[in-house]
Amino acid sequence: MAEQTRVLLEHIDEPGLATIDVYERLGGYSRLRKALIEMQDEELVNELEASGLRGRGGAGFAMGKKASFIPKGAMDKYLCCNADESEPGTFKDRLLMQQNPHLLIEGIIIAARAAGANRAFIFIRGEYELQADILEKAVEEAKAKGYVGERILGSDFSLELWVHRGQGAYICGEESALLDALEGKRGNPRLKPPFPANQGLYQGPTLINNVETLCNVPLIVEKGADWFKSFGTEKSAGTKIVSVSGNVQRPGNYEIELGMTVREIVCDLAGGPPEGREIKCFFPGGSSAPVLTADALDLPYDFENMAEAGSMLGSGAIIVIDDSVPIVEVALRLAEFYRHESCGKCTPCREGTNWTVKMLERMDRGEATPMDVEIIDQVNANIIGNCLCVLGDSMAMPVRSMIEKFRDEFEEHIERRRQELAQQDYALSAHELAASEGAGIA
Amino acid sequence: MTQKGTGPFFAQGTQPAEPDASVAKKGPVPKVVPDLAETDVPQELQAEIEELMSRYPDHHSAALPALAAAQRLHGWCSPEAIDQVAAVMRVTPAYLSSIATFYDMLNTEPVGRQYVWVCTSVACMPKNAKAVYDAIREAGGDLDDVNIREFECLGACDLAPMASVNGRYIGPLQPSDAEQIVEALKRGEQPLPGRGLGDG
Repeated sequence: MAEQTRVLLEHIDEPGLATIDVYERLGGYSRLRKALIEMQDEELVNELEASGLRGRGGAGFAMGKKASFIPKGAMDKYLCCNADESEPGTFKDRLLMQQNPHLLIEGIIIAARAAGANRAFIFIRGEYELQADILEKAVEEAKAKGYVGERILGSDFSLELWVHRGQGAYICGEESALLDALEGKRGNPRLKPPFPANQGLYQGPTLINNVETLCNVPLIVEKGADWFKSFGTEKSAGTKIVSVSGNVQRPGNYEIELGMTVREIVCDLAGGPPEGREIKCFFPGGSSAPVLTADALDLPYDFENMAEAGSMLGSGAIIVIDDSVPIVEVALRLAEFYRHESCGKCTPCREGTNWTVKMLERMDRGEATPMDVEIIDQVNANIIGNCLCVLGDSMAMPVRSMIEKFRDEFEEHIERRRQELAQQDYALSAHELAASEGAGIA
Repeated sequence: MTQKGTGPFFAQGTQPAEPDASVAKKGPVPKVVPDLAETDVPQELQAEIEELMSRYPDHHSAALPALAAAQRLHGWCSPEAIDQVAAVMRVTPAYLSSIATFYDMLNTEPVGRQYVWVCTSVACMPKNAKAVYDAIREAGGDLDDVNIREFECLGACDLAPMASVNGRYIGPLQPSDAEQIVEALKRGEQPLPGRGLGDG
């Protein structure tokens, strides 16, 4: 039986953990003291780099490396915590922010010090009202205790920290769109390069990290890079909070060592599909990840193996779909999401998502031909890599993977709906005929 | 010497042409930054927006939270609300409209002060979220001032199928819960006590 490895979630059930008193009693903010007073900036960045911590938001980029890209010197630098957790299936940051906001704040202060940033913002999605309220209260507490503000703990480091609420847009989870939203604009992604590490918020160097990534930082400072590397695999170090949802018996957040098999996560920890159902497919890393079928269940769950299987670890959200759900409906719901959330800046994404939805609706109405499967595949192939950000790709990749793996079901669905429609039409015209004949007799 | 670009556009040289009176009359004149002295802004709203602006190196950053504050006051981002924010932030109403139309949580029509957002995204969908939405929609047909709509992933897939009622997450829901939710909204209470996120 697989077990969780609770490192980030160690004290998560402690009552009152969201208050600073309980958090400090459990050793909170002692890491901050170490990072600010005992360690040099360089040392801090080196430690983060040595730990092999990879970004937990979706891209999996090395966190220490990202911090090392921030230029040195006296200039306005910023840190943004990406708490715009909008990837369907992902709800790990919500848990961390709700239960343990001070861990995040401590991580932010340490990371800001490593990057030399004097202003930090937590960009949280507006729908998370409860979590934003908790965070705001926690920031106030930290300010009152002197952990945030001028010359923290008597060091020469000062930091200003604000919670900034988004107003409901999936695209703001994309780092450059997040920066635009934070600057008070529409959340349109920017052309890269320049990358945010050089020109980000207000054109200043900006470090952007996910909530879970930043929550790992205090632990690495406390226990060292070697301790962190003792978890997980060589290239995917550390633990990962996995959000399991969809057709499973015990949906929820599970903290695991990377490298555990998918079956252990889905079937042992999350209880597997409902009685009498089989797993049809699953999204291994949020809805943007290409789907995998049941035969991929025995793969180790880490960045490399998921990439090798043609998908990705993404945000670490596993959505399980069982055999009671038609794949065309999944594809349609998915495409509708991306159509709604496309910012409309790049044509392939704006038009591609729209046409994919229209064609899938046509399939469901019985007006499609098998050729439409081909056309959807082509349209989606033309989205990938042709936009400023990966939102369009995030629809194209899973939709294409569904077509590739369930082509028979698509064709069968088209045929069945077409026959249903034909029967309806026949019944309708017979009815009309009868009515007109009846009128003739009268 | 032949001159480049001679034609009706350049007939007056480099000077802009006199505005054509018949053209100018056609459309509405774009609004300029409203004068704070001439705009009736509620004092609390002005204070809140000014506090928000002081948080950022560039005051434009306050646009989103400022519009949200105005929406809390007015119920939606009405032209009046947008003018008030524009006056305090010293930006044009058009700038704020571009933002209000982009974000899902900002309403540019009076859809109701309360809301029920039912998540029907890809993780809630296999758990019959659409039936929950339809049931709530039907039960709440006669509710005034409540915006019942489908919403994209709300980040609570462990509660699937779920809904956000005025910011409070409730779930897992059954279509049979719809009546109770609507009744609670009519009485102005929190629906399904004990079944919300963070209730326990």
